[in-house]
Amino acid sequence: MSEDIEIETKNLNLWYGDKQALKNINMKIPEEKVTAVIGPSGCGKSTLIRCFNRMNDIIDCCRVKGTILIDGKDIYNKKMDVVELRKNVGMVFQKPNPFPKSIYENIAYAPRIHGLKNKKKLNKAVEKCLKQAFIWDEVKDRLGDSAKSLSGGQQQRLCIARALAVEPEILLMDEPCSALDPIATAKIEELIRYLSKEYTVVIVTHNMQQAARVSDYTAYMYIGELIEFGKTKQIFENPYEESTENYITGRFG
Amino acid sequence: MKWKKIKEHIIYSLLRLTGLFIVCALAVLLFYIISGGMGKMSWDFLSSFPKDGMMSGGIFPMIIGTLSLMTLTMLIALPIGTLSAIYLVEYAKPGRFTDAIRLAVHNLAGVPSIVYGLLGLGLFVVFLGLGLSLISAALTLAIMVLPIIIASSQEALRAVPQNIREGALALGSTKWETTRYHVLPYALPGMMTGSILALSRAAGETAPIIMTGAAFYITHLPSSIFDEFMALPYSIYTLATQSSNVEATRPTIFGAILVLLLIVLCMNLVAIIARNYYRKKYRW
Repeated sequence: MSEDIEIETKNLNLWYGDKQALKNINMKIPEEKVTAVIGPSGCGKSTLIRCFNRMNDIIDCCRVKGTILIDGKDIYNKKMDVVELRKNVGMVFQKPNPFPKSIYENIAYAPRIHGLKNKKKLNKAVEKCLKQAFIWDEVKDRLGDSAKSLSGGQQQRLCIARALAVEPEILLMDEPCSALDPIATAKIEELIRYLSKEYTVVIVTHNMQQAARVSDYTAYMYIGELIEFGKTKQIFENPYEESTENYITGRFG
Repeated sequence: MKWKKIKEHIIYSLLRLTGLFIVCALAVLLFYIISGGMGKMSWDFLSSFPKDGMMSGGIFPMIIGTLSLMTLTMLIALPIGTLSAIYLVEYAKPGRFTDAIRLAVHNLAGVPSIVYGLLGLGLFVVFLGLGLSLISAALTLAIMVLPIIIASSQEALRAVPQNIREGALALGSTKWETTRYHVLPYALPGMMTGSILALSRAAGETAPIIMTGAAFYITHLPSSIFDEFMALPYSIYTLATQSSNVEATRPTIFGAILVLLLIVLCMNLVAIIARNYYRKKYRW
């Protein structure tokens, strides 16, 4: 791989209580590319990407061993400021979770708590993020409406815009389309392709066609282990591992 | 087959009857009190001091006493109760300390009110030297309603979906920012409702305040929180049990009960309206 590496995991292990969910994961996720993580349910895909912004911290029984480097910094180091980390690593969740506030407030919240108080600049930032997430034209006349009045697909794009408002370098997406219909999904996929010009995107997906369509690199996981990682084209057309091939061709999972 | 149907019918009727029983109990109570107390209702009754050993005159000092006691109790119990609920739900990590707090909350809820009265007498009146006073009574009632406020506040906080918290944290919010801007606004109506209901129960409590500051009769309103005071529940109790001429004091008793009931119902009504309003406002 010739690209610069954004995220690197070294011997990453994770336990929920006694149950080991991630086993010795070693992978290098390249910068400004889309990396898809695929695998059957319960294989640890979501758990893995929730390590990258330390979202697992809020689960009491969760223990992590190993190293994750982002921009060369060990994010599980005691000196790491989780708030700073999460500003750099945004996340979009499986179920759209806009705040039950206005569309404007959903976007403006994060820049505001991070210190942007100037009303004009805030308006500009909101507009920029909504445009980046391809939703500006649909909401520009109703910024004061409740975010809950939007459709599911719009809500998810709003959540993406909300994550962009923090100006992260990395965007983690945990099955962002699993609650959406095909048209909304197509829009999000187009958006992901567009975002990869500026952001490093890591997307967990159940949908193999989606992984093939949007990603540059694909990681295949099975019961907590990383089985194979490589260029998406290679993984889908010529996988090294039999398990990967079985999963991709739909023999199980 | 037929027997099954009859059984179904019997069960249904039985269940309905229990519901009816509650409605009847309330209806009888209300009818009894309103018919007894309505005649006494007048501006004069509400705004004047009692006369002739409380056989005539009004109940003004009792109303003021009960209202100021409630306000004071609320000022003490609300911050402590809601903050400890926030701690327990949002911050506390599982462990001995958290278990100890939970255990204390559960056990405090089951302690009889007379025991709280004795606690207040020993702790606030005597040990801390606050004397028989509004503040002693309010502190005692506050401790009494704390477990209820904590329990209902916890429930309201837990009702806020976890994915809202995750969404806020993922944007780089601190725990406090998440709680302050995303959890509290949505939980607050529920917390308020539970707290008001708890306080309205405390408004009618007699045992704890007898021992900590409620007076049988004083000629003036409490001038500070360190003064003794008259309160509706205690006056109702004394008028009903200690009066030398029950016939003469009966209308006053009914009047006082009616006013106490109205205060409590008003508080409950505020709680219900607030809840319905906010339920419409936030939906997920």
